[in-house]
Amino acid sequence: MRKARPLSALLQLAAVVVALALTTAVLVVTKAPPFQAYKNIVLGAVGSWDEISNVLVSWVPLLLVTAGLILTFTVGLWNIGIEGQIILGAIFTTWALRLLQSSGMHPAFIITASILAGMVGGALWAVLAGALKAFGGVNEIFGGLGLNFVATALNLWLIFGPWKRPGVASMSGTMPFPRALWLPTLTAQSRLSPSALIIAIVAILVVYFLIRGTYFGLRLKAVGRNANAAYLLGVPTWQYMMASFALCGVFAGLAGAIQVTSVYNRLIPAISSGYGYMGLMVAMIVNYQAALAAPVALFFAALNVGSIQLPIVLKLDSSLAGVLQGSLVLLVILGQGVRQRFFGKERPS
Amino acid sequence: MRVDLRDIYKTFGQVHANAGISLVIPSSTIQGILGENGAGKSTLMKILSGFILPDNGEIALDGTAVVIHSPADAIRRGIGMLHQDPLDFPPMKLVDNFILGREGSLFPDRRGAAREFRELASQFGFALDPDAYVDTLTVGERQQLEILRLLWLGARVLILDEPTTGISQPQKEKLFATLKTLASRGVTIIFVSHKLEDVEYLCSQVAVLRQGKLVGTASPPYETRSFVQMMFGREVSFGGRRSGVAGRPILSLERVCLEGVRLQIQDVTLDVHAGEVIGLAGMEGSGQAMFLSACGGLARPVAGKIGLDSRNVTGQSHHSFKRQGVVYLPAARLERGLVPGLTLTEHFVLSEGAGGFFIDRRAAAGLAAERIQTFNIKGTPTSTVESLSGGNQQRMLLALLRTPLSLILLEHPTRGLDIESTMYVWAKLKERCAQGTAIVFISADLDEILQYSDRVVVFFTGRVSPSLAAESLSVAELGELIGGKGWERFAGEAARA
Repeated sequence: MRKARPLSALLQLAAVVVALALTTAVLVVTKAPPFQAYKNIVLGAVGSWDEISNVLVSWVPLLLVTAGLILTFTVGLWNIGIEGQIILGAIFTTWALRLLQSSGMHPAFIITASILAGMVGGALWAVLAGALKAFGGVNEIFGGLGLNFVATALNLWLIFGPWKRPGVASMSGTMPFPRALWLPTLTAQSRLSPSALIIAIVAILVVYFLIRGTYFGLRLKAVGRNANAAYLLGVPTWQYMMASFALCGVFAGLAGAIQVTSVYNRLIPAISSGYGYMGLMVAMIVNYQAALAAPVALFFAALNVGSIQLPIVLKLDSSLAGVLQGSLVLLVILGQGVRQRFFGKERPS
Repeated sequence: MRVDLRDIYKTFGQVHANAGISLVIPSSTIQGILGENGAGKSTLMKILSGFILPDNGEIALDGTAVVIHSPADAIRRGIGMLHQDPLDFPPMKLVDNFILGREGSLFPDRRGAAREFRELASQFGFALDPDAYVDTLTVGERQQLEILRLLWLGARVLILDEPTTGISQPQKEKLFATLKTLASRGVTIIFVSHKLEDVEYLCSQVAVLRQGKLVGTASPPYETRSFVQMMFGREVSFGGRRSGVAGRPILSLERVCLEGVRLQIQDVTLDVHAGEVIGLAGMEGSGQAMFLSACGGLARPVAGKIGLDSRNVTGQSHHSFKRQGVVYLPAARLERGLVPGLTLTEHFVLSEGAGGFFIDRRAAAGLAAERIQTFNIKGTPTSTVESLSGGNQQRMLLALLRTPLSLILLEHPTRGLDIESTMYVWAKLKERCAQGTAIVFISADLDEILQYSDRVVVFFTGRVSPSLAAESLSVAELGELIGGKGWERFAGEAARA
C-alpha cells in the first residue's frame, strides 16, 4: 500500500499531460498556433513584475475561498453557494464603507470595520444555506445555487438602484471610494495589497492546522466521513455542519471584502469574478488537502491572468484557460478514481 | 450431483486461504462446513461457485473434471449459491427477480414463469406471491425466493452461506425441512455455518476447516466438544448466565408509545435495573429496533415517560442520554458505529471528547496503544477502522466505551462473529454488568438471548410481551412467541398495537 504515493504522483502527471494535449487539440481545431498560445499565457503570467503582481492579486481571493471550501468538503458538504457568499461579503463591505465614509473616523478603522462587515455578510449567506440543509431538508447544492442567483440579483439591483452613480447607473459599478479608504497597495499603480496577501496566507495556514491538530478538525472529518457514527460517538453533527458553513462563509466574505477594498475599490456586477467556482475546482484537484491548496491556487491564478493576453495578441478567447483548468480537474479526479479502482483503495490521511 | 474437490489451493498475498483441501460430497448429502471466521470456508465456496479460480487443484462434478469460470458458468453446470445477504432486487416484483438470471429471449415469458414459480413454491409450502414486491419480504422469505430461483435455473448443488443468520426460528425450521426434502430428491446441499447446533441438527456429514486446511470430518452422532476442539485447536467453554441481584432502577419506561413507519408500539412499561441484562427477541422488524432506539433517545415516544436514574428525560436528544451514561452500539459497525478513514487513535480521541482546542497527539497515541492491548485488537494505533476484521471492529466498539456507564444498548452484539469473538464480547459486557451497568440488547439468535439475558422481552408486529425470566423460558417457547403463538397468556398485561 505504501508504494501508492509515487503511483499517485505519476497519475497526476499523466493528468496534466493529457489535459495539455486536449487543450492543444482544441487550439488545433480552432486553427490557432498552440505554441504561441502557451507562450503568451506564460509570458502573460510571469513576463513582468506587473503581471506577477496581477497573478498574486487573483491568488488572494482564490486561496481564501479554497481555504473555506476545504472546511465544508471536510464535513462532507458541497458549498456551491460560495459565489453568493463572496458577493454578499462585497455587498456588506460596500454598505459599511458607504455608511462610514463621511463619518470622520480614522480610515484604518473604517477599512477594518468594513472588512469585518464583509466577513459577517459571507457568513450569514452561508449559514442560510446551511440552515436550509440542516432544518429545511434542502440539499446544500440546490440551496447554494439558488442563493447564488439571489445574491447576483441583489448585487445588480444595488448597483443600478439605490447605490447607482450620481446621474447614470452603469455596468462599471458604484462610485469608487476615495483613495484614503483603499487597502494600501504595494505601489500606487499596483492593485496588490501586502495585507491582503498576508490575510490569505494566514487563512490557509489556519485551515491547515485546524484540520490537522484540533478537536474541531477531527470532528469535522468524522462528520464528513460518517455522520451517523459521529453522532453516536458524541459529536453534535448539525452544529459542526453549520460551523463549517459559517467559517467558509467568513473566508468567502473576506475574499469579497478584499475585492472591494483593494482591487476594484467599488462594487461591480462581476465582483465575485467566478473565484467561487474556481475555488471548488482547486479544492477538488487537491483532494481537500490544505497543504497543496496554495501552489495549485497560484497555478490557476497564473493561468487566468496569463490567458488575458490571448484576445489581445492572438485574437483568441481568454476562456481557453477555462478549458485547460476544467480538463485538468476532470482528469485529476479521473486519476484518483483510476487509482482507487485498480490499485486498491488507499485513503490519504 | 456428486462433487469432488481435489487438492484445492488458493493464496491471497501471504495468506493461504485454502491449502490442499480435498473433499468428496456424494449426491443427496447435506454437507456441513464448519470453521471460525477466516478459516477458508468462504474461499472454498467461492471457488466452487465460480467467483474465483483456484491456484491449484481440481473440481469434478459427477466424476468429470471441470473448470468453473464464473457464477453464470457455475449455475449452467448446476451449482447455485445462496449468499448470506440475499442477492435480489428489492424494488422489483418477485417474478421479475425470478426470471432475471435466466438466459433467454429479449421478451421474457412472465406468465409462464409465474405459473412455474407457483408450482415450485407450493411443492415446498412457501407462501410467496409472484406479483408481490421483494421489499415486502422478510429475510427468510427472500431466502425462499432465492432457493426457488436457483432450483428453477437447474441447481443440483445448493451452497448456503450462514443461512440461519437473521431469520426467525419458525423460518429456520421451514428452511431445514426444505433442505431435507431437497436432499432426498438427490440435490447436494452444502451448508456453511459456524453455528454448531444447526450443523449438528441438519447435516449428514461435516467437514471442519481451520487456517485453510481440512482438519477433520465427522458423521452422526456428533460430539460438540470434538467440533470445538477441531475448530479452535483447543477446548473452549461457554460462560454461564449471570444471575446477580438487580440493583436500583436505571431506565424506566412508563406507558411509552412509539410510532414507526409501518408499526406502532403502545403502552410499554418496563424498569431496567443496574447490572441487569435484558434481551429483546422478535423477528426482524417487529418493533424491537424502534424500542431500543427510544431507550437511547434516538426515537421520540409519542406518549408516555422515559426516566433515567429517576430523572425525566422524555423527548430529550441522544446526546443528553449519553451525558447520563447511556451508549448505543449499532449492528452496522462500519455504517453506523465507526468512521471509515479515521484511525483507531482518532476514534479514541473522538469518543473521549476531552476538552481543549488542540489534540495532544502523544497522549492520544498512548491511550490508543493501551486500549488496543487491553482489548486485544489486531491493529495498530494508525490503522484505519475499515482495515480491521469484523470481530476486531466489534472489539474496537467495546474499547471505545467510556467508564462509568449506566446503560449499554446493543443491536445484534455478536452478529457475524465467530465463537471466540462472541465469547470475548460477552465476557467484556458481563464485566460491565458486574460494575453496575445495565444492558439491553437485540438479537436474532435465540440461544444468545436465553444464554445471556436475565429477562427477555418478546416483540411480535408491534406487540410487546411483559418481561419474562430467561431461566424459565425454553428455546421452543421463545420461538413460538416470536412467531406469534401463545400470546393469549399475556391478555391482561400487554396491549395490542
